[in-house]
Amino acid sequence: MTPVLSRRDLLGSGGGLLVMAAMPVAPVTSSPLAPPPPLPGSLRTTPLLDAWIHVRPDGGITAFTGKAELGQGLTTALIQVVAEELDVAPARVALITADTGRTPNEGFTAGSHSMQDSGTALLNAAAQARLLLVAQAAAELGVAEKSLTVANGVVHAPGGASRTYGALAAKLSLHTRATPSAGLKDPATYRVIGRSLPRIDIPAKLTGAPSYVQDIRLPGMLHARAVRQPSAGAILLHADTDAVSRLPGVVKVIRDGSYLAVVAAKEWQAIQAMRALAASATWRETTTLPEQSAIPGLIRTLPSRDIPVLTWTHPAAPPVKRLRARFTRPYEMHAAIGPSCAVALAEPNELIVWTHTQGVFPLRTALAQLLRMPKDQIRCIQVEGSGCYGHNGADDAAADAALIARALPGRPIRVQWMREQENTSEPFGSAMVGEVSAALDAAGRIVDWDYGVWSNTHNTRPVVGGLLLANAALPDPLPVPPPEPIPMPEGGGDRNSNPIYAFPNAHVVYHFVPEMPLRVSALRSLGAHLNIFALESFMDELAHAAGADPVAFRLRHLTDPRGRAAIAAAADRFGWATPSPRTPGHGRGFAFARYKNLGAYCAVALDLTVEHETGRIQLGRVVAAVDSGQAINPDGIRNQIEGAIVQSASWTLYEEVRFDRRRITSTDWSFYPILRFPAAPASVEVHVLDRPGQPFLGTGEAGQGPMAAAIANALFDATGARLRDLPLSAARVKAAIGV
Amino acid sequence: MTGLTVNGQHHEVDATPDTPLLYVLRDDLELNGAKFGCGLGQCGACTVLVDGAPVFSCLTPLALLAGRKVTTIEGLGTIAAPGPVQRAFIEEQAAQCGYCIAGMVMRAHALLARTPDPTEQEIRDGMNPNLCRCGTHMRILAAVRRAAAAMRSAAPVQAG
Repeated sequence: MTPVLSRRDLLGSGGGLLVMAAMPVAPVTSSPLAPPPPLPGSLRTTPLLDAWIHVRPDGGITAFTGKAELGQGLTTALIQVVAEELDVAPARVALITADTGRTPNEGFTAGSHSMQDSGTALLNAAAQARLLLVAQAAAELGVAEKSLTVANGVVHAPGGASRTYGALAAKLSLHTRATPSAGLKDPATYRVIGRSLPRIDIPAKLTGAPSYVQDIRLPGMLHARAVRQPSAGAILLHADTDAVSRLPGVVKVIRDGSYLAVVAAKEWQAIQAMRALAASATWRETTTLPEQSAIPGLIRTLPSRDIPVLTWTHPAAPPVKRLRARFTRPYEMHAAIGPSCAVALAEPNELIVWTHTQGVFPLRTALAQLLRMPKDQIRCIQVEGSGCYGHNGADDAAADAALIARALPGRPIRVQWMREQENTSEPFGSAMVGEVSAALDAAGRIVDWDYGVWSNTHNTRPVVGGLLLANAALPDPLPVPPPEPIPMPEGGGDRNSNPIYAFPNAHVVYHFVPEMPLRVSALRSLGAHLNIFALESFMDELAHAAGADPVAFRLRHLTDPRGRAAIAAAADRFGWATPSPRTPGHGRGFAFARYKNLGAYCAVALDLTVEHETGRIQLGRVVAAVDSGQAINPDGIRNQIEGAIVQSASWTLYEEVRFDRRRITSTDWSFYPILRFPAAPASVEVHVLDRPGQPFLGTGEAGQGPMAAAIANALFDATGARLRDLPLSAARVKAAIGV
Repeated sequence: MTGLTVNGQHHEVDATPDTPLLYVLRDDLELNGAKFGCGLGQCGACTVLVDGAPVFSCLTPLALLAGRKVTTIEGLGTIAAPGPVQRAFIEEQAAQCGYCIAGMVMRAHALLARTPDPTEQEIRDGMNPNLCRCGTHMRILAAVRRAAAAMRSAAPVQAG
């Protein structure tokens, strides 16, 4: 039996003095002529060292990050960063992740930003803490700083005298502002960064130790379930709350406007009561959804706000051939294996919410508005949930737990969504359309490129209460702000719509479509998935039209040396230059992108076989090369890119949210099939191109787009059929190859 | 009260006979390994062994379990002394979020007990009921192969 986590365990029982990041920052004096250079990473917004680093009395380090472990291995990588710069063993570093009561506010854990933002901040904060500790030791030992060495948290002087970090820290304040750059090690001397340290969370997950918000058990905890509105805007007319409140174990039935929930002593009782309550409820449903088959064409024709992305105008050779194509993507689901979950406890002066949100601070603001209470009376603590691939139901489940906990003060409330609630309530990745045309000159070079992309927003993250799901069901709902595009250079629907290739003439426009037929928000890589699918499929079409090898054709148009290196590495490791003899139904494809054109580089080469009778695609060997800058944990990078490749294969081959004219009908895995083991690639190899000393570029989303295009390109190579509408389902392939 | 044997220990559980085993394990016995994923037997996150056979604990009512032996991932080993399948998954770093992974280990355990030297196709078919969303499939397959090899080399040599 595993121990029950106590509230004290969950809130942390940190010894030593911790100064919260919320402390006002001392004013900085600087010359008006020479403003200080900006601080690196998230030190820019949280500049005090003790917000990031605490030296415990035992000499161990407690580090703080406002980013969250989402299953991507963040915890292990950040511990490596801190251990490296402070010269302590990784086992002596404890990392506290996103918690409004304890950690810096680093916004959302999203956009492959964690290593750039938090990794960079911790790298510098740890290095500067080490400088202060060594300076303190030098003063105490009466020797020069440069004569001192540090080994596993002990500062040694040449004569044998030493001081432990714990003893030094007792006389030292880290409540001091970071400087732009000081004390960083030479990457050539790294001993912890660059090593594939095993992930610290994996042994617990393999042995059933409590690891997830779903595993939290608090004394007196009750289980709750919400009954969701069956369609957007549905109004509750009747529910038999009296009968349900008499069911076994039921502690409370909550009805507030069209918001319905049950609370019971045990989880199964809560589920049975939820089902009874749902069965008793009658609703007035008013929403009319579009025909599914009309999507994404509808996205193409709804009113749009047209945002210029780029215009390049340079002299070029005359065009001799022009190609045009249109690429589409349906709505896609995050679809975590574990439905969203949260635990909340309303105490007299504080509401505590344990949540797998990507942003504890924004969620706190949104909850404060939803609950009409001051935000300083809410504490949001991130605890890992099932895998997070963007804005899913995490925040909405947290709102459920908070609303229900408020109705039962003093009792911890655990809410987990049911599968059909997750699938029908989570915000989806937007359907999209990309239209491209390009012209080749007589030498087979692209001389003109025109691209337009149509999409809903990729960001309805709950930065305000009106964006939480429960808001619409409550009697006095908060206003819902209109959707806004995410500006370039990162972009939302236009992410990676800007080609990385050196075309003399180009014109790219983002047609931002405010009206959302379905609720949508951020899904891993946002618009980059469709944009890279379109751009890299079309590069293949153009290569074919130019009679060029697809890899050589890309290199012909690419000047970025790191991009060229990634392409060369993937092609070389795959053996692109020595193709195997052609067999029917077998083909190979290549694709490449730099995520957001400012993040990680990822090139993918693969082969596949098309089953002629069914149109089914079986993936063969997949080889990827990735450059994420300085690699902290190469195996962690490989794990994420492998995951991106397999997940993107699932999106690309199978996935499409289904709906009728009123409701989402992809209620479970039979109506939203994803990739299963027999369809996994024969093999996946990921080659990490380490760049010591270069900035961290992030990794999590770099593989989604290239994998999608590589599949489509290999399908073309195998069959001669060019499919431009996702998913590349067996039915579509079969229709295209004419069997 | 209903009697139940889990990981070799007998328990008397105060739950109605229709309660799915998953909730008995998580709620009454406070075991974390088996996870709620779909409640429909479509994803395998809740997979445990009953008399050595893999079952979806989300669909298996307590009433069916009298006199049967339930094994969860907690019964296979500990962090200090993991079982061979657990060890193989750790060595392959075969998890991202890991929410599905206890179910994967139980499915693999049952597969290898039945088929100690599986082909690649047998592994893929055997793991077919279990879903992973992070895309850890290649590492999970490698872990199953590694576990199979380790268990075969540890098994006593058969006479004749």
